[in-house]
Amino acid sequence: MESSFLQNAVILLGAALIFVPIAKKLGIGSVLGYLIGGIIIGPFVLGLLGNEGEDIMHAAEFGVVMMLFLIGLELNPQSFWNMRKAILGMGLSQMLLTSALIFTVFYFFMDLNLKTSVAIGLSLAMSSTAIVLQTLKEKGLSNTNAGKSAFSVLLLQDIAVIPILAIIPLLAVSTAANLNMHDNLAADLDPKYSTVIILAAVAFIYIVSRFLINPFLHIIAKVRMRELFIASALFIVIGVAWLMEKVGISAALGTFMAGVLLANSEFRHELESDIEPFKGVLLGLFFTAVGSTINFELIFANPLGIFSFVLLIMAIKATVLLGIGKVLKLPSDQNLLFSLLLCQVGEFAFVLLASTRQLEIIDKETLDFLMAVTTISMILSPLFLFINEKFIAPRFGVKEEVANEEADSIDEKESVIIAGFGHFGSTIGRFLRANGVSAIILDNDSERVDLLRKMGFRVYYGDATRIDLLKSAGADQAKILISAIDSPEKNYHLVDEIKKHFPHLQLYIRAKNRMDAYELIDLGINHIYRETVHSSVHLGVDVLHALGHRKYTVSRKAAEFIKYDEDALKKLGQTRHKKESYVESVRKEIELQEKILAEDLKFFDQREDAAWNSSMRR
Amino acid sequence: MPNKILVLFFHPRFEDSYANKALVESISQIEGVTFRDLYEHYPDFNIDVKAEQALLLAHDIIIWQHPFYWYSCPPLMKQWIDLVLEYGWAYGKNGDKLKGKVFLNAITSAGNFEFYCREGSNNFTYREFLRPFEQTINLCLANYLPPFIVPTALRLSEDELKHYGEFYILIIEGLQHSGLSIAEIIKYQYFNDLNPKEWKALFYKTQ
Repeated sequence: MESSFLQNAVILLGAALIFVPIAKKLGIGSVLGYLIGGIIIGPFVLGLLGNEGEDIMHAAEFGVVMMLFLIGLELNPQSFWNMRKAILGMGLSQMLLTSALIFTVFYFFMDLNLKTSVAIGLSLAMSSTAIVLQTLKEKGLSNTNAGKSAFSVLLLQDIAVIPILAIIPLLAVSTAANLNMHDNLAADLDPKYSTVIILAAVAFIYIVSRFLINPFLHIIAKVRMRELFIASALFIVIGVAWLMEKVGISAALGTFMAGVLLANSEFRHELESDIEPFKGVLLGLFFTAVGSTINFELIFANPLGIFSFVLLIMAIKATVLLGIGKVLKLPSDQNLLFSLLLCQVGEFAFVLLASTRQLEIIDKETLDFLMAVTTISMILSPLFLFINEKFIAPRFGVKEEVANEEADSIDEKESVIIAGFGHFGSTIGRFLRANGVSAIILDNDSERVDLLRKMGFRVYYGDATRIDLLKSAGADQAKILISAIDSPEKNYHLVDEIKKHFPHLQLYIRAKNRMDAYELIDLGINHIYRETVHSSVHLGVDVLHALGHRKYTVSRKAAEFIKYDEDALKKLGQTRHKKESYVESVRKEIELQEKILAEDLKFFDQREDAAWNSSMRR
Repeated sequence: MPNKILVLFFHPRFEDSYANKALVESISQIEGVTFRDLYEHYPDFNIDVKAEQALLLAHDIIIWQHPFYWYSCPPLMKQWIDLVLEYGWAYGKNGDKLKGKVFLNAITSAGNFEFYCREGSNNFTYREFLRPFEQTINLCLANYLPPFIVPTALRLSEDELKHYGEFYILIIEGLQHSGLSIAEIIKYQYFNDLNPKEWKALFYKTQ
């Protein structure tokens, strides 16, 4: 099918716009939405997209590259170093055990040669960073033990791509194969030199990121043109990616490294918010393209074979992960989540397999088969997670609770529910408990749930936005619901659900910041608690005291200021621009800051403090 | 037009005070009285001066209802007096906003009139201890009415609580009457000395 670039773009974006909201609504996550959208527009269902799916996938792989840059940005070298044990311990054992087992399957049972089996083992051991991180973020699981463990394993895999790509050429059957790769500098040389070149490139990126990019961004920032900054952010990412590609190793890795090295830069947040939308769209395209490239002919030719093979590979991966989780004493539900999160074969498998094919380590037929396996596993994994979340995970926490239900039912009418028991929620819960109010707690960190149960708290395990969980926690009878959930999106969702299903509940909601508070005001929430206001003002009180102001006077001023700030919040909340886009939000925040500062001047202009002021009577 | 009455209630531990619960419960039975629980409004003592002044302006008669602590009022009430009765507003140069208003204390006291006299253990009478409030009101060019005392407030029976509650209702309803003659009431030492049932003949100006 001949089709133009614009037409393809319309089809791909349209598929995303239709299927992702549906998937979200059904609670199965956006990744699955993209994949399904891809399948439907692909050549085997509607045929809106022909065989260009693969090309699109290559282009959209850049979303993965950007994602790794962003992951890097969030991880400064210090926190990276702090995670070294988890990364090495879990990651390395996962990588080695899984590749060894998969190698065994191919070498001994499928009679492939040694080199091919090694390459396949390493490729299929990879999990999908894109799927897993997206899922973790969407479901608010990033801070659970399973989430953190999964992240560590993914990091090691992402890093491992470098040495693996360096090793694969050494496995090459014949050096003649290298001639196919004209644009690859490393490949033009003897494979033995490629390692040197890779190291040189890595060193180059290190030096550039460490010493050149920051001054460069300073100059760009001075020009004060937003699009120029976006251009330079893209330039950095694409530049690094191109360089890495030139020397023949993973672009994702290079950008990840650049990200880590820039994590301490003062421009970090700008880079993040500039790249984020591009990443989101490209990643979506990537998933859609993956969906559309599924070779159904191959599957239909031998459906049983392929599916049982997919399940075998996923079972091997999951078993290894379960074992690792067991050794590390993850609670059983977290362990299950951890295994299901990582049991798919990831997008790096495409990259690795493609490079093995170029080196003729693997034949076309095997490649197609493995590609299909990878894709199917990517589709199955969100499905498994969905099943786990809906049907398996709820059984872990709630079941135990049912037995105590009757004993708990005293005074339920006065009861308070706290959603989220991290630092914010636990402080509230402890304060309430110190005053004889034992709130019911909802939390999705099963380890914390265990601990709290032991300490005599009434705790329900699970996602607080789930209606059935809220019901079993007594939302029907409770009077007040406190949301101490960290993620604003999750909070909005919770507010929506509560308003729909438990309209009698009084809501007390944690807000991240001013922008978040505005959203909550729009949702009709009256009790909004910005997490930073009181501690910042309190700090200010102490500073003024250190500067010689009297404590009581400053405390009064602080109370006045907080009251004024809350009034200003309501006032500005009504006048702010309704439509906001992700890209604009940074600029909006500056605009807002400007308005607040202007409003402050009026506040400062007010008459002087008359309390106990005898100077006017002299 | 009946007089508009504002009850400013100061009690740091209201939940444990039977006497004040009885009084507050009584107020709720009367229409047109503004009841304001200040410890509930300002737990951190950061009084909104503007709001308090606006309330004073909107009412004719203000009752300070509070327990008697160390021969005086609870600390938030003193804070309220310090902050709300501003120089240049309530007193001093151009400070005449409260001119002609009427103030009184409605007090719950652990002691009784026998303790509060020359011969009693407290040496001075309630009225003597209340002089600072009286003079505060004088300085604000307003009228200070005799106080209403609920004595032995910690040991009142149900019936006695009921009695004082009803008494309080009679006082407030009497004060609401637009024909009230302040000059006549001021002659008394305490509201306790009055028989509210005789108010009509004694205090209401003929209309």
